[in-house]
Amino acid sequence: MSKIHVGTSPVRNEDRQLLTGRATFVDDVQLEGMLHVAFVRSDHAHAMIRGIDVSAALEREGVVAVITAEELGDYWQPGPLLVPPPPIEGLVFNQASQVPLAKDRVRHVGEAIVMIVAESRYIAEDAVADVFVDMEPLDPVVDLEAALAEDAPVLHPQLGTNLAAHVVQRHGDYEEAKQGAHLVVNRRFHYDRGAAAAMENRAVAARWDARAEELTIWDTTQAPIPIRNGLARMLGLLESRVRVVAPYVGGGFGPKIMMFYPEEVLVPWAAMRLGRPVKWTEDRQENFFATTQERSQIHDAEIAFSADGKILGIRDFFFHDTGAYDPYGLTVPINSQCTLLGPYDVPAYHSEFRAVFTNRTTVTPVRGAGRQHGVFVMERLLDIGARELGLTVDEIRRRNYLRDDVFPHTFQILFQDFAPLYYDSGNYAPALEAALDIVGRETFRAEQARLRAEGRFIGLGVVSYVEGTGIGPYEGARVTVEPSGKVRVATGLGTQGQGHYTAFAQIVAEVLDVDVADVHVVTGDTREFGWGTGTFASRGAVVAGSACHEAATIVRRKVLEVGARVLGAEPDQVELDGGSVRVRGDHGRSIRFGALAGHANPLRGAVVPGTEPGLEATAYFGPDHGSTASGVHAMVVEVDPETAMVRIDRYIVVHDCGKLINPVIVAGQVQGGVAHGIGNAFYEQLIYDDTGQLMNASFMDYLLPTAMDVPRVEMAHRETAAPLNPLGLKGVGEAGCIPTGAAFAQAVEDALPHLALEIREIPLSPNRLFELLRDAKGREQVTGDRGQPATAAA
Amino acid sequence: MAQPVEISLSVNGAPRRGSVEPRLLLSDFLRQELGLTGTHVGCEHGVCGACTVLIDGEAVRSCLVFAVQAEGAELTTVEGLTAGNDAMHPLQEAFRDAHGLQCGFCTPGILMSMIPFLRDTPSPDEPQIREALSGNLCRCTGYQNIVEAVQLAAERMAGSTAAPAPAVPTIGAEAGS
Repeated sequence: MSKIHVGTSPVRNEDRQLLTGRATFVDDVQLEGMLHVAFVRSDHAHAMIRGIDVSAALEREGVVAVITAEELGDYWQPGPLLVPPPPIEGLVFNQASQVPLAKDRVRHVGEAIVMIVAESRYIAEDAVADVFVDMEPLDPVVDLEAALAEDAPVLHPQLGTNLAAHVVQRHGDYEEAKQGAHLVVNRRFHYDRGAAAAMENRAVAARWDARAEELTIWDTTQAPIPIRNGLARMLGLLESRVRVVAPYVGGGFGPKIMMFYPEEVLVPWAAMRLGRPVKWTEDRQENFFATTQERSQIHDAEIAFSADGKILGIRDFFFHDTGAYDPYGLTVPINSQCTLLGPYDVPAYHSEFRAVFTNRTTVTPVRGAGRQHGVFVMERLLDIGARELGLTVDEIRRRNYLRDDVFPHTFQILFQDFAPLYYDSGNYAPALEAALDIVGRETFRAEQARLRAEGRFIGLGVVSYVEGTGIGPYEGARVTVEPSGKVRVATGLGTQGQGHYTAFAQIVAEVLDVDVADVHVVTGDTREFGWGTGTFASRGAVVAGSACHEAATIVRRKVLEVGARVLGAEPDQVELDGGSVRVRGDHGRSIRFGALAGHANPLRGAVVPGTEPGLEATAYFGPDHGSTASGVHAMVVEVDPETAMVRIDRYIVVHDCGKLINPVIVAGQVQGGVAHGIGNAFYEQLIYDDTGQLMNASFMDYLLPTAMDVPRVEMAHRETAAPLNPLGLKGVGEAGCIPTGAAFAQAVEDALPHLALEIREIPLSPNRLFELLRDAKGREQVTGDRGQPATAAA
Repeated sequence: MAQPVEISLSVNGAPRRGSVEPRLLLSDFLRQELGLTGTHVGCEHGVCGACTVLIDGEAVRSCLVFAVQAEGAELTTVEGLTAGNDAMHPLQEAFRDAHGLQCGFCTPGILMSMIPFLRDTPSPDEPQIREALSGNLCRCTGYQNIVEAVQLAAERMAGSTAAPAPAVPTIGAEAGS
């Protein structure tokens, strides 16, 4: 019987390298003769380029090349459409992808115009100031609705409109459902932009070896294989002559799955053209302008309830800001559209969105990728409905959860993977009860009343969500037992801190009955493994993990077959034993894996016909559907109604991501996601003025939560196994930050039931909450209306 | 370009020399001139704390210091916590055991911030740890396991009476360049 590793929490295989400063990140790559890059970027959100004078830069000592769009010749091409729109009837999609360097027009502040290559980054930055770009400002498009006005300036003249997409998805007949409604709630909701803010900025380094005709690229990407494939095509090279390495990557959170960023396309080209290694590392200010962002949407949503609080139907019209370009297709707004439905039974749904181009940084997925917008709208509608119907917020959810006997459950609308939205499994109501038990449903209300008598205001928020995770198309893995007896696992993913080196090792170690520390995992190097898509959509463990399991299972069979042959036994007479094969019942007859690997790859003699050399197998896993994770978040806050400061006293997560590979890593992902969600809810907002200038592009003005702001998350795991993969896995990477804004809004309202406060926007900075509180107090003074007390949970 | 300035200093116990532009940041000197890439650069405006190193035993953001200002100083970087032998510092071991890191990019700066903190506050409580950590940003972990790692390190370092781990080990390896 092999030792159990899946479901345990060994220390991570990757930690020694990271803790001792030996792990190589892209900016750590330093090569003989390496050149360094800085970019001249646009100061304007929207402008025509009338002329570029680079002569002074070229004269500066140490400057090697100054490259404009003109210099790129035929290499200048708009980026590819990374994700085509799903086949939805009547769908309109207008494509406009980013360009390597702006040619005649800039469309957001920070768009790259000129690339400077110099002997040092210092010199390159000096030369940036030498370049004169003659710009003629145009009226900017910043507001989502104004973007579609008849007389709005148009970002992409060839399209003749700022409409990037128009999509309608529906099931059932909302208008008919509404006829029988007891209550209809209609509100407008705003969700605004934040930054992904990985601690490591983006970086690209490239070396062209003219003798070997081989290009090596180090890239902070979440998708090394698609980057290799695309750059090989663009540069006219064989894929096998291009190696992309995403070594240790300092956090991804979505923007590093955006592909063919201008810098990513330009640095390899420059290395080939100049015949010297070239490196560009983004600085933090560039990151605020040039790395993709997310989250601005405006929803006009309506929900129809029966008298007993059952959802009859939902209608939602929303605007989605795609920024200056839309290379990532419709992933984010489709996720919003689908995830809004959550764990609830919604008989009729009409959802329609317009994606619009604006003169702001391009939008592509950021952790959660549109899901939190949908969750925020749905949860807020339920809260308002509960108040109007005189139900508690938990009771209205209880009445609307999908029952546990409906799975698998298919909706008639398409998800981001082009398949109908599909819930493979789930069990929602018990998670709510578990969360309320952890909160202490009896004691919380008593405590709230006691504190209120003292003039202190605490509130509870309890919300639900689902997350479609682990989508296809596929990932692969190769598992090899090496002559050292150690096991090597190669996958095509990129890794950014999720613990892949350990989680995949656990899966393989259990199948092969070896120690986790003896399984060496390599990710993110196209020379090691050349097929795959990347790390996104909370899919690494589900899809690549399943491929690792499959490959290890084949190797296990080979090990037993070769072992039996070497030991002179039948395959069914041998078993694994901690890195050896032995004859069952005759433990003296055994052979170590290392020796066995030698037998499987002999230098002389005959290989058994029909067998392959080595103890190695490659396998791929492609799920038909994503697996649907779910959970409940509860938050206890204390609000100071005078200053609008909110302190989060407790944060509870009951989470179901199916079978856990490594509970400590899962808990870390959830805790980190919650921290990101708290930032989104209360601290982080990218503030653009009406000219399209970003007003807070530094960590001094854009506030990330610190250790003082993020509480210990009290966590309970439920394991509703996914039937779609051999281990029952669902993804977890994004979940923590998805429902946080909704929980925060409900908790703040619950703390202040004496005010007619209805929160319909996120982020909610202390300043903005102060304004909302002032308005609510004003209403109270003018009308004497203390508002209908929010009917609280439990 | 301004004339280079000769500097000499001690890094991780070894004498090092350099000829640097006056404007060269200490973080760039360590990473590019000395090849000590364990010190990471996350914001270059002194907020994120990823580039924290010890100068004469105190935590300093190396992106806010010019290399020339470190003339004659004794520096310790994350490489100095283990250099010379392969044994990790108790603080590093605690981070591994408590899962106090995910992507690991901010980690060297956090380690170097915690070394003088634990020297000055050997038995910290949680609020003290959180306050000490509040000058370092981490996007992955949500901080909880970092807090626990620091607590664990403090307990272990207090308990190891036989051979108390020095806050900064003295290292003799690595010849200067």
